[in-house]
Amino acid sequence: MSDTAAAGAAHAAHGHHEELGFLRTYVFSTDHKMIGRQFLFLGLFMLLIGGLLAMMIRWELAWPETAVPGLKFIPEPYMYGGIIPPNTYNALFTMHATIMIFFVVMPIMVGSFGNFLIPLMIGTRDMAFPKLNMFSFWVGAVAGVVMLASFFVAGGPAASGWTGYATLSAKAQYTGVDWGQNLWIISLLILGVSSLMGSINYITTIINMRAPGMAYFRMPLTVWSLFITAILLLLALPVLTAALAMLLFDRTLGTSFFLPEGGGEPLLWQHMFWFFGHPEVYILVLPAMGVTSDLLSTFSRKPIFGYHAMAFSMIAIAFLSWTVWGHHMFVSGMNPLLGTAFMMTTMVIAVPSAIKVFNWLGTLWGGSIRLTSPMLFALGFVSNFLIGGLSGIFMASTPVDIFIHDTYYIVAHFHYVVAGIIFALFAAVYYWFPKMFGRMMNEKLGKIHFVLTFIFFNGVFFPMHFLGVAGHMRRIYNPTQYEFLMPMQHWNVFITVSALILGASQIFFLFNFFWSLFAGKKAERNPWQANTLEWVAPTPTPHGNFEVQPVVYRGPYEYSSPEVKEDWLPQDKNLGTGAAARAH
Amino acid sequence: MLQWLPENVSTFGGEIDSLFYLIYYITAATFVLVTVLMVLFLVMYREQPGRRATYTHGNTSLEIIWTIIPAAILIVLSFMSVSTWAKVKRHAPDSDFELQVAAKQFNWDVVYPGADGKFGTDDDVKFDNDLHVPVNKVVRVQLSSKDVIHSFFLPNLRLKQDAVPGRTILVWFEATKPGRYELPCAELCGFGHSGMKGWLYVHTPEEYAKWAGENLAAKAQ
Repeated sequence: MSDTAAAGAAHAAHGHHEELGFLRTYVFSTDHKMIGRQFLFLGLFMLLIGGLLAMMIRWELAWPETAVPGLKFIPEPYMYGGIIPPNTYNALFTMHATIMIFFVVMPIMVGSFGNFLIPLMIGTRDMAFPKLNMFSFWVGAVAGVVMLASFFVAGGPAASGWTGYATLSAKAQYTGVDWGQNLWIISLLILGVSSLMGSINYITTIINMRAPGMAYFRMPLTVWSLFITAILLLLALPVLTAALAMLLFDRTLGTSFFLPEGGGEPLLWQHMFWFFGHPEVYILVLPAMGVTSDLLSTFSRKPIFGYHAMAFSMIAIAFLSWTVWGHHMFVSGMNPLLGTAFMMTTMVIAVPSAIKVFNWLGTLWGGSIRLTSPMLFALGFVSNFLIGGLSGIFMASTPVDIFIHDTYYIVAHFHYVVAGIIFALFAAVYYWFPKMFGRMMNEKLGKIHFVLTFIFFNGVFFPMHFLGVAGHMRRIYNPTQYEFLMPMQHWNVFITVSALILGASQIFFLFNFFWSLFAGKKAERNPWQANTLEWVAPTPTPHGNFEVQPVVYRGPYEYSSPEVKEDWLPQDKNLGTGAAARAH
Repeated sequence: MLQWLPENVSTFGGEIDSLFYLIYYITAATFVLVTVLMVLFLVMYREQPGRRATYTHGNTSLEIIWTIIPAAILIVLSFMSVSTWAKVKRHAPDSDFELQVAAKQFNWDVVYPGADGKFGTDDDVKFDNDLHVPVNKVVRVQLSSKDVIHSFFLPNLRLKQDAVPGRTILVWFEATKPGRYELPCAELCGFGHSGMKGWLYVHTPEEYAKWAGENLAAKAQ
């Protein structure tokens, strides 16, 4: 792409932007930055709902079959004077997980930051397909509305777990949920379309629209992570879509893909679901790793340790993620010999994850570390990922998994990995808020938010390992029905109290976010003195992004370089050494 | 943390527990090492006036070392897991003591073959949720399900196996200590999932003979 043409187009677009009405600017916008903000608000709204569902789950587990305060208004048979009945409980954890995975982490980490950052970080004026981008958001929003609508249909929302195992999910009579489960399927089918549009856009944009000099190995790791994530999404989601369509046919058209009485096979669902589901875990966690890498480098004022190893380990994780799905099925009745094979691949995928943690440590080593709110949250992500990664080794070992499968050990493990992403999510919000909204968030409130969130996050999820060791099953409604779990019930109370405080601590974030939106200190162009191109664009960033087409002379992590006096060296700064000529 | 493991009363449970302990020690050591280094670096390398960060892009030999060491540990761990896994799940020992357990919403239907030793004959004896077995005897269970997926979980015997509609899966165990052990369902199976449980009664040979005389022989007539 030609520099001058792009710069001219940017100005033209900027001029044109002023004429757009409210609807085209804020609602049906084709500006990647507005779409990024829309995904952020969608995700934060759903985070609130998913979080409140979690509080109800925790209340039930600590004080089973007692009335949840403030919920007396919910009518029977969904609640009985505030008491949660078993089927509602099953619906709560089903919807909690579905919302958190598909409508919080994906819209924010992939939808919001992917949209907002990719064009800015690779130095271009917008996504390759701006209209497709707009559709991607609005189709996603429709999926969200359908999912929320399922709370209000007769029989309540889906109650067969976010994994929707057949045959439980394949016949209404098994759960008593009819249209709730159908809407759950339909919503995810719609969301799949949204994600496909988004991922095609990301891939095309990154391949074709990088600024002059932005070689692949000069891209920030955030862009690398989103690139790899988009490829995984493109390949994984059709499998889920196929499985969901088959499930919907089984439920509504009388087919028997998953029903043995008609010649179907329940395990087929699990194979298809996890063939999508395990890459999905990395779809969720890779962007968090990318963001963390960028933030650790920026706030250590030091180049990322082993840039190539970081990029290649993400590629390795992406490839291997297709070969490990069977580790969810060790005790499912799948041939045990396959279990052995999946154990081997699962042990192997731990290696690139370990490399990432060690390289993050290497980045901190010898740095000049600034403990800002985004940095603290990025470090929190590393700490959570460390615990979640290590606890994964237990269940990778097939014999140990026999005992801990479907217990709270698993719940602890995947919350450290997937719920741990919320730390990278907060880090990203605190870090890019100035560029997104033109104002700074309050640092003091940010630090209070971090300390409370870190302590009580661990208070919630670490003791779940203890419950798992004791054999506490997942998805049970009332642990006091089991004699062998009675001695552990105080841990359930401890976890619930921690969860309530963790939930309440988020008020510091909400207040800081909305207060800063309107009254925060005006942000300068590059408040963190960072190297990447999004900080070269003016704040607030106009439609079209850059005043002049940036040209890239170096990689994104040249902090404390001996070539300059300052401790940062932006990617587009021309030192007159002819580096640009070497780039192509 | 591992003191909360339920008491093990299974012949293969010890092997599973030692793997559990081994992985626990390895991961705990790694956790402490990384966390201590991280906190140390955060303190040592905090921003101070006049000090500039070290300008380095990495260290190839260091990176090779911290790739190879975890890889080696993980490969060794998986090879150590293979034999125990095969023992529990692939090579059920022969035994003349065989039961059928059919899971359904929300019960375990337990079937004894009766005096003729064959299932599907008139002298089969059925129980709801209770299994009675002798100690130190290999018990083979033909596990199936009548509706949705359930999971046969004996925490004290370190045994778990999903019961899948449409197939029969053979599981086995050998209890080493008489007693009464809980048998919960470990896979979400509907609104009654919580509370779907049975009991495994492990008897001394004398007690078992007495129980069988009263319950199996008597009912068969």
